[in-house]
Amino acid sequence: MKRVYVNEKWCLGCHLCEYECAFAATGLSDIVKALKGKPVYPRIRVEEGDGVCFSVNCRHCREPLCVQSCISGALSVGGDGVVRIDREKCVGCLTCVLVCPYGAVMPAPDGHAAMKCQLCTDNACGEPNCVKHCPNNAIVYEERG
Amino acid sequence: MNMYLYPEYEVVRDESRCISCRVCERQCANLVHSFDAETGKMSADSAKCVNCHRCVCLCPSHALKIVKSDDTYKVNANWDNQTINEVYKQANSGGVLLSSMGNPKPYPVYWDKMLVNASQVTNPPIDPLREPMETQIYLGKRSVTIERDERGKLKDTLAPQLKLRVPVMFSAMSYGSISYNAHEALARAAEELGTFYNTGEGGLHKDFYRYGKNTIVQVASGRFGVFKDYLENAAAIEIKMGQGAKPGIGGHLPGAKITADVSETRMIPQGVDAISPAPHHDIYSIEDLRQLVYSLKEATEYKKPVIVKIAAVHNAAAIASGIARSGADIIAIDGYRGGTGAAPTRIRDHVGIPIELALAQVDQRLRDEGIRDEVSLVVGGSVRSSADVVKAIAMGADACYIGTAALLALGCHLCRSCHEGKCNWGIATQRPDLVKRLNPDLGYKRLVNLVTAWDHEIREMMGGMGINSVEALRGNRLMLRGIGLTDAELRILGIRYAGESM
Ligand code: SF4
Ligand code: SF4
Repeated sequence: MKRVYVNEKWCLGCHLCEYECAFAATGLSDIVKALKGKPVYPRIRVEEGDGVCFSVNCRHCREPLCVQSCISGALSVGGDGVVRIDREKCVGCLTCVLVCPYGAVMPAPDGHAAMKCQLCTDNACGEPNCVKHCPNNAIVYEERG
Repeated sequence: MNMYLYPEYEVVRDESRCISCRVCERQCANLVHSFDAETGKMSADSAKCVNCHRCVCLCPSHALKIVKSDDTYKVNANWDNQTINEVYKQANSGGVLLSSMGNPKPYPVYWDKMLVNASQVTNPPIDPLREPMETQIYLGKRSVTIERDERGKLKDTLAPQLKLRVPVMFSAMSYGSISYNAHEALARAAEELGTFYNTGEGGLHKDFYRYGKNTIVQVASGRFGVFKDYLENAAAIEIKMGQGAKPGIGGHLPGAKITADVSETRMIPQGVDAISPAPHHDIYSIEDLRQLVYSLKEATEYKKPVIVKIAAVHNAAAIASGIARSGADIIAIDGYRGGTGAAPTRIRDHVGIPIELALAQVDQRLRDEGIRDEVSLVVGGSVRSSADVVKAIAMGADACYIGTAALLALGCHLCRSCHEGKCNWGIATQRPDLVKRLNPDLGYKRLVNLVTAWDHEIREMMGGMGINSVEALRGNRLMLRGIGLTDAELRILGIRYAGESM
């Protein structure tokens, strides 16, 4: 399947991906209306330190720990390989947040459920919006065996 | 006391659009933007802004623009604001003013005063999409002596040639003045396009030996990085006698840009200013130049064309005539609008002549003397579009060098601050955090796109004239007409006025 891959060599630490992610999740067409004056909840995070930076989002693992640990069956792997969360089933125990080795699952803004990257299959973008707006090809969306 | 100067450009933020993402703050190496955690608002210190547009381009909500400040001294046609400010700056510092990139002064641009012909009725135009159209050319000596072997067969006496799939090459820009990633982008683009890039006087990084077939290496007055492997890993060798942006002076790369890698490539100590002298200390005549031309040919077994590059100056035609007789295969002429990584402002803005005039005179002189076939002519120094290329070829050039246009394709916004070493686009800098902003994977594609687009346009314009090859357009000045030019200008350019027929 196509996944988001990171190339830290080219990551500038500009954090644009975070804002583009949060924007995509709002489903709005105007970034100003979507994000101005509001807290931003991205599903991708730029990690920085020691002169290295790179963005991290869900790896869509083949054997996802989050899915295995979910007590309510809210997390599942789709036929397309995408790890998804069903907000209706999620009870907000946040076990997945604790077990994900990449820190790629996070509490949703309302605190009652978890949220994660679903490769923009859950919004109107169709393709990961972070990748589309990365100015330096530091994240790419591609098939790699 | 330093005189306060109001910023020349102002950063304007549309508060109604800014989402306080701080992208601008992170991307500006000049530390213009800052975030006030108390108010949650961004602010900008325009005094530090060099107008590179990095923040404008990356702001996700398009909340930024840079405007020319309207602060003004009393309006004075003789003492304009900039002239006054330069006096203040020099009174503050006591120093020579430094600038980068090409001459920005409002001198005439002769490319824009020439119009191209098209066929009507009697000489049909050619449709480049349906009929063959040749933009491939060769650079090198075309004069041959007819010699036969003992069996009477013709011997191949043609001097080494450079084959270009498009009549455009990337001009000399050294590793040091521009970044590793910029060089990689140029090298890869040259390879894909079937043309050449030029190392400038900064030596050739070992990583780029693999692009040797598409590399022109320079031998300049500082002789930086010149050694056996350097010459061997090149398709041609260029002797740099002068540069359009700063005729008559040498180069100066500040120590801050001489990183470990640059120092190794240039073969000079790290952190020490790299000064290339104004003259080559072994060249004071055409005879001396001939010695260097032949030393380089000897060293490379006469397999590589030698280019001699000069700045366009008042007696360019006579100098070119000498160069054509020095054994050089190609003459490159660089006009006064050519770019630079750093030059004294007065020299950049006031020394040299337009490439259009120099080209016309050089081509004419070589023809008059019957030695035009001894050399190919390459011109640079602000070739901005395919139309400029077509006009240059019709004037008599074999090919063009592009430098500034190539950097623009890589992201340069002509802020003309290269000499400060903090290029926000990762081009004219050696700061690792800035260099990485130019991903050559993206950069080389943009260069390929640019030159491919120009190639299409050149074909279209040639087709319109009913000409099906660059070779047939070369020196065909009847295809050009002047507009808004004086008699003297028309005479020097060797073209007729618009409306005059064949
Ligand atoms: S990049 Fe644009 S939106 Fe983000 S803080 Fe700067 S001005 Fe505001
Ligand atoms: S120097 Fe460049 S990035 Fe910084 S504020 Fe000015 S235009 Fe923006």
